Amino acid sequence: MNEGRILRPEDHVKDVESRTTVTRSGVGHSIPSTLTTGYRYARMGYTTVMEPATPPLKARHTHEELNDTPIIDKASFPLLGNNWLVMEYLSQGKIDECAAYVAWVLQAAKGYAIKVVNPGGIEAWGWGKNVSNLDEQVPHFNITPREILHGLCKVNKRLGLPHSIHVHPNNLGEPGNYETTIETMECLSDQAGERPILHLTHVQFEAYGGKDWSSVTSEAPEIAKYVNAHDHLTLDMGQVVFTDTTTMTADGPFQYQLHLLTGNKWMNFDVEIESGAGIVPFTYKRSNPANAVQWAIGLELALLIKDPWKIYLTTDHPNGGPFTSYPKIISWLMSRKARDRTISHIPKSARRRTCIESIDRELSFAEIATMTRSGPAKALGLKDKGHLGPGADADIAIYPINPEQVDPTSDFRHIAKAFKHAAYVLKEGQVVVKDGCIINSAQGRTYWVDTEIPRDLSFLQTEFESKFSDYYTVQFQNYAVQESYLERSAPIQTAMRSPRNR
Amino acid sequence: MPTDADMISPSGLASKSLDEIRRLKLWEGNQQTELGDIFTVKGEAGGPSSEFCILLSGDVRKLRRLGYRMSAGLLRIEGPAGMYVGEEMSGGTIYVEGDAGSWLGTKMQGGVMEVYGNAGDHIGAPYRGSREGMKGGSITVHGDAGTEVGCWMSDGLIRIKRSADTFPGTHMCGGTLLIEGDCKGRAGAGMTGGRVVISGRMEDVLPSFTIDEIRDAVKVGEERVQGPFYVFRGDLCNKETGRIFISVTKNSQLKWCERYLEPWQH
Repeated sequence: MNEGRILRPEDHVKDVESRTTVTRSGVGHSIPSTLTTGYRYARMGYTTVMEPATPPLKARHTHEELNDTPIIDKASFPLLGNNWLVMEYLSQGKIDECAAYVAWVLQAAKGYAIKVVNPGGIEAWGWGKNVSNLDEQVPHFNITPREILHGLCKVNKRLGLPHSIHVHPNNLGEPGNYETTIETMECLSDQAGERPILHLTHVQFEAYGGKDWSSVTSEAPEIAKYVNAHDHLTLDMGQVVFTDTTTMTADGPFQYQLHLLTGNKWMNFDVEIESGAGIVPFTYKRSNPANAVQWAIGLELALLIKDPWKIYLTTDHPNGGPFTSYPKIISWLMSRKARDRTISHIPKSARRRTCIESIDRELSFAEIATMTRSGPAKALGLKDKGHLGPGADADIAIYPINPEQVDPTSDFRHIAKAFKHAAYVLKEGQVVVKDGCIINSAQGRTYWVDTEIPRDLSFLQTEFESKFSDYYTVQFQNYAVQESYLERSAPIQTAMRSPRNR
Repeated sequence: MPTDADMISPSGLASKSLDEIRRLKLWEGNQQTELGDIFTVKGEAGGPSSEFCILLSGDVRKLRRLGYRMSAGLLRIEGPAGMYVGEEMSGGTIYVEGDAGSWLGTKMQGGVMEVYGNAGDHIGAPYRGSREGMKGGSITVHGDAGTEVGCWMSDGLIRIKRSADTFPGTHMCGGTLLIEGDCKGRAGAGMTGGRVVISGRMEDVLPSFTIDEIRDAVKVGEERVQGPFYVFRGDLCNKETGRIFISVTKNSQLKWCERYLEPWQH
């Protein structure tokens, strides 16, 4: 995040928070300072937040930022979908070795889940290229995106990780990409089990029809149709809001395309052996038909997918907009009238290319609670979160809304305001927010997964070390983040299932 | 101690009584102080802001954002002024009788500003990182100007009567910047529109500019500035619809460019 902050001093000037006796000062609208980030989530009633993409080599810095993000519990997802050792092992069919390696990386990076961004594409970007479909060969590696996804899905199961693989598919942001998205969802359906085995993230950016930005359409109905008929996956929205924001993803080639499209300043990264990244400021405008279509798609996904346990509310902060937009998005989801107000301002050409106008569904409070709390907690495997049963963490948000007096379908302004400032927020049973003000700034936990490897695979450690010194420019001993680096380490124990014991 | 004085403008003071004005709070560093503690306040209060005149006497070099968001009236500063004078101004007139600090008229949208001394860097330019520069109005500096005058300018007029430092008109996309004296160099870097007119000497033109023609004169505001001028088009790294006019007589070192003109253009 810090590179984004450095890129955008003008983002800081717009939004300044002075210190109080309890909180420190901070700046930033689309990329707030770390401290401000924690406070803003807490004020809105959120107590657990995931950092969904970190190159393992940069994990130390990620944990520094997370340490400086107060109140909320957090975890980070190491990027593994373009990792040289992962691709090598998978191309040789060595699932056990790959699983042991991934377990080691999760430990070293103090990570929680396997993140895959544009599988194979970021490695291709190291050569100025990209991949355009699931069966294209990754340059210099004898593997395809499909094989990477398949392999990491198996690895995830083998390690018994609490969350499924978390995937940003190929062709993100390309008009016409909905077909790749459905293929991605379908290619793992053969591995379906009791729990979902795939989480597809910020799906709005992956639900486009049409040939280019002037003809882009919403294919959210097609995506929703698939999701309604299958149980092996979960999704999150990636909702766009009309504001000036900053796009940042590990998808180097996509970010380059965005730079060419907008002419905006652009940062590009390559992380040796592991990943890449790009950062480009972007403004979503109501008057821009393409942006209006994007806005509609996120909402269509949430409203057309019938089961709220399958689709969660996100903006892919800061890509679709800052997380402080959640209250507004909630009001759109709960009120047809609120949506109509925005629809009346978007170009007719955009309205024709989506079906948002024809959707009457208005989500209930229970559905919103599922989409923002219980659903994500379940998908993440955080057993003590997202519910009020015995043994659950006392992380509770109480809002100034009386459901018996307020009609969210018509009082949408009141809804948006109320969800902005919680009346009370409890974290581990302590009141941290009262009437939208932070009254206690404590440190949250950092969750990570500590997987036990079967003893007969422990020899692999030497193999990792040897490959590491062949490939990396850093020393093996300096790579791993020590547990003491985390201010409040909260490891989750799992054990790798050896094929013999399955 | 740097002091934030963004309420000192006709729009900020016209509706207040003298006592209210004296009690206005200013940030002096990280402490709050009252305007009456820094200034002796005299005169007649009230009246429409369009007829409101403010006269600031003394060395106000440490005061920032004088005339912030001014939309009407007159602000005359008798002495050197600090940074960000006339920030986001949309109307009215500001006179600075001494030097002015950097970011003079930053993000100006209208109105008139005249500085009788020298001015600092980034005249009319937005804060770092932003692409939204001056959108209108006119700024005249009688002395010298610093670097990056008119950075990201999209409309309006800036006139520097003496010399300008490097990178005037950087990222300019509209409007006119006139430098009556010399320019240290690198005018128009990243330009996509607008005009930079240099009546004095500039040692070199950036290699991303190409000679277009020679013109007798160029219209700047209501005035016709006499040339002849070499007219360079650029920035070729971007959209090459910006132009730099450089005096022929003062720039014999640029005569080489005539080689590239059509015979009928000489």
